[in-house]
Amino acid sequence: MNLFKELYRGLIKENPTLVLLLGMCPTLAVSNQAINGIGMGIAATFVLVGSNVVISLLKNVTPDKVRIPIFIVVIACFVTIVDLSMNAYTPDLHATLGIFIPLIVVNCIILGRAEAYASKNGVLASLVDGIVMGIGFTCGLTVLGCIRELLGNGSIFGHRLVAENASTILVFILPPGAFIALGYLIAVVNRSLKKKTS
Amino acid sequence: MADKKLPSTFANMVIVLTLVSVISALALAFTYSVTKDAIAQVGVKRTLKALQDVLPEFNNDPVKEKYTLEDPEFKDIELYPARKDDQLVGTAVQTFSDNGFGGRIVLMVGFDAVARIRNISVLNQTETPGLGNKMTEPKFKDQFNGKDPSAFKMKVRKDGGEVDAISAATISSRAFCDAADRAYRALLNGGRK
Repeated sequence: MNLFKELYRGLIKENPTLVLLLGMCPTLAVSNQAINGIGMGIAATFVLVGSNVVISLLKNVTPDKVRIPIFIVVIACFVTIVDLSMNAYTPDLHATLGIFIPLIVVNCIILGRAEAYASKNGVLASLVDGIVMGIGFTCGLTVLGCIRELLGNGSIFGHRLVAENASTILVFILPPGAFIALGYLIAVVNRSLKKKTS
Repeated sequence: MADKKLPSTFANMVIVLTLVSVISALALAFTYSVTKDAIAQVGVKRTLKALQDVLPEFNNDPVKEKYTLEDPEFKDIELYPARKDDQLVGTAVQTFSDNGFGGRIVLMVGFDAVARIRNISVLNQTETPGLGNKMTEPKFKDQFNGKDPSAFKMKVRKDGGEVDAISAATISSRAFCDAADRAYRALLNGGRK
């Protein structure tokens, strides 16, 4: 297993947000500020790594017909742990991301990786898969968050880059802007990937 | 896929699912017991910080002396009296508005001894980031400071009041005014203890 290759796979080639187009709901909802993207990404990464490891450990004792309920129980358990820990130790971040944390349960990246990867591969491989996919998701969200925050609010990570009263393109921090920015970002990624393969 | 899977017999499914659920429940119970105190403390700390921000200097325990009003219009509103050497120096009112763009807004409004607004702290809001959530910035909320609500009309200019709304977030600004106004009315109706 080549770590660098795996990282490339999670970050670019199979980037969950920009190439696999998984987990669009949280992507569109939280990416209006860069810091939200990072927070959501880290929380989801933790859940992803935890659930991937546990599910790959359980893969031989999981009867096929009840695998989805088992995956959901494991994922929900990790999500609640993240929710409680963030509430206790990072209250400010929790206040911003509060309503999105429970939604990680239904984030299809996590269930998708459980079903497509962790239930068929060993513990170590699943761990690495969880980490690289998590990094890919975090980067996707953060880049999208930076673009939307910059265009819509004139700031990056809360630091203003334009004058106080300068007009910005408000639509980018509103839901329609999420679709527009994501669309262009996906187009750029597709274009650059195509160049490489052809 | 060389590994052998446990066959999906009824007994296997029940046993595995039960075991996974029980272990998850135990893990959650453990996490809950570890984080419970810290979470409670975060809530208390947030209230205390807000009280210190909005009230004049005090040396009693406003959280202990907190009271509520019986009038159904003011249910969910909490009043925190601040005293210095047994002299009432101000009252903080935890107020809310349900007219926000993204749900309930909770504010802590501090009044001094003559019912002028001293400062306002936003406890909880889910307004649009970059628009409505600018209500937490001093540029908007500090325009209330030092104002006497009996003379200062707490409505946005569009509605005939004297408050400069956040541009492109009139609904959020209105909700903020609504909450602040409710705090003032509660203070008048509840008397100051």
